Amino acid sequence: MIFYLIRRVLYAIPISLAVSLVCFMLVHIAPGDPINAIVPPDAPQAVVEQIKHEYGLDKPLPVQFGLWLYQVSQGDLGRSLATGRSVWSDLRPATANTLRLAVTASLIGFVLGLILGGLAGTFRGTWIDRIATTFAVAGVSIPHYWLGMVMVILFSVTLGALPAMGAGPGGATDWAWDWAHIQYLILPAVTLSVIPMGIITRTVRGVVGEIMNQDFVNTLRGKGMLPRNIFLHVVKNAAPNALSVMGLQLGYLMGGSILVETVFSWPGTGFLLNSAIFQRDIPLLQGTILVLALFFVALNLIVDLVQTALDPRIKRS
Amino acid sequence: MEPLVHVRDLKVRFVSRDSTVHAVNGVDFDLAPRETLCILGESGSGKSVTLRSLMRLNPPRLTKMTGTVRVGGHDLVTTSERSLADIRGSVVSMIFQEPMTALDPVFTIGMQIRETIRRHETISREDAERRALELLELVQIPSAKRRLAAYPHELSGGLRQRAMIAIALSCRPKLLLADEPTTALDATVQIQILLLLRKLQQDMGMGVIFVTHDLGVAAEIADRVAVMYAGRFIEEGPVSALMRDPLHPYAQGLLGATVHGGVRGKRLTTIPGAPPNLAQVPTGCAFAPRCAYVEPACLAAVPAARSPIPGRAARCIRVPDHAVSTAA
Repeated sequence: MIFYLIRRVLYAIPISLAVSLVCFMLVHIAPGDPINAIVPPDAPQAVVEQIKHEYGLDKPLPVQFGLWLYQVSQGDLGRSLATGRSVWSDLRPATANTLRLAVTASLIGFVLGLILGGLAGTFRGTWIDRIATTFAVAGVSIPHYWLGMVMVILFSVTLGALPAMGAGPGGATDWAWDWAHIQYLILPAVTLSVIPMGIITRTVRGVVGEIMNQDFVNTLRGKGMLPRNIFLHVVKNAAPNALSVMGLQLGYLMGGSILVETVFSWPGTGFLLNSAIFQRDIPLLQGTILVLALFFVALNLIVDLVQTALDPRIKRS
Repeated sequence: MEPLVHVRDLKVRFVSRDSTVHAVNGVDFDLAPRETLCILGESGSGKSVTLRSLMRLNPPRLTKMTGTVRVGGHDLVTTSERSLADIRGSVVSMIFQEPMTALDPVFTIGMQIRETIRRHETISREDAERRALELLELVQIPSAKRRLAAYPHELSGGLRQRAMIAIALSCRPKLLLADEPTTALDATVQIQILLLLRKLQQDMGMGVIFVTHDLGVAAEIADRVAVMYAGRFIEEGPVSALMRDPLHPYAQGLLGATVHGGVRGKRLTTIPGAPPNLAQVPTGCAFAPRCAYVEPACLAAVPAARSPIPGRAARCIRVPDHAVSTAA
């Protein structure tokens, strides 16, 4: 087990390297010149060259990548082209905000999805199944930016119950788990939870339904086990599959909340990415994508390890 | 003395929106304590459904079950799900056909035995562990101590079936039901499992009902054999007599289609046609369309069980009925 763990962690290193290369390439393949975004259009050529040189943008791409990778490995993500501040100083609070939003949303989505999916799988073909499936289909089908706007109109504009934008009365930096802040979290988190809710419902419904049809459930009934004993067996059998989907969903929420964060002006990584893209702020863009991608790699690693711990059929050595 | 199993006019239907399948259409039999009955029949004859009815294990939402089923004094047709769960595993337990899929893949063998014991008895974890070890030794699993911590996929098919037997026997049931327990195993392993079951049956004094389509298995293990066709026992009798001299044309056809000692040098015969569709059960003898001796009377009504000599019976109008007094 310990060797498996070490090997699996070592695998994550080349994956992270490949991910950082892709991040770097994608940003440079994208059209648009970052310098045009920060210098006036009538600036003399010499000034443009000077700025390019300062940011190292005049060097060949492989050299740029090498330099960037070296800096990143030193913990330095560079400086934002737009603001001149260090990328990390913007990225750190944004990542924290996105983590809060993504974790809250996935908790809501996972809990609802597990309950609905578990019920639907157990009572397959009944009205319970049909209601849960309807929720699941609605969850995956409704565009969440649209749902976000509807929520704002309903709860903020009409009812005036919850704030429509921002991450707290004091802005992005002073988060605390009190009602003054949490009320800002509710609408975006609920909006964001709808997709994982739908996907988890469908996954768990499928997995539980399949397990309930397996012979060993009949064996369990045949040796007199009560429904609550059988529930335990179903949970342990369903957990590896459900967990892998949940890990992926949390990963998507970390990176995929650009639309929802923009609708609610939530100062997270999605919001940051959005502005970085529009300003062609290459260091900020690269840094943000890299952090999100590394989150994804780490989540996958955790899911793999938990799966291995839960399912004895997965080879450990 | 009350028989261990008492079944009268057992009928099982599977009802779905599109069709109703009449899987079992009136089965009567008794089983004495320590007796081994073998239910013989081809796929779809209702033998497994009959067996599962003895612990009401057919899918509850689809199954309509009527008649009388008493096992060890418990009425299985009317009892509540909760008291049924107390009976299952302790009074009556079952071994399944597929040892590959009948065990939970993500729990160890030891845990699956322990949970059965602790479900039915108030016993400490350590004592349950000890009992589990004894059970694995009882079913002759080598290096039993190590096997307690093994997962089902780490065992061979034969060992898995032994583990399944250990689970079934863990609370010393009075009645053991076996649903083709050797069908999925290699021939060499089959005979080992059969010998083990016979030994355990004698040592523990259980009643055993064994479902199989294999005449050789039946001959090996049974005291009495019942041949099933289209949801009815069409012939019933002591194993040696029935094998030597089957009364019902279907039983004769079944024996003629099987390799056994008495037919050396002769060609095997086949039974023409196919079993009836149980969604529409014929009004007369279900075997009549395939029978060489069919008469108009066969199609009029289902033949009653006739008993030419005490202990034997067949549902065929050609069988003489000499034992009106013993049938009662």
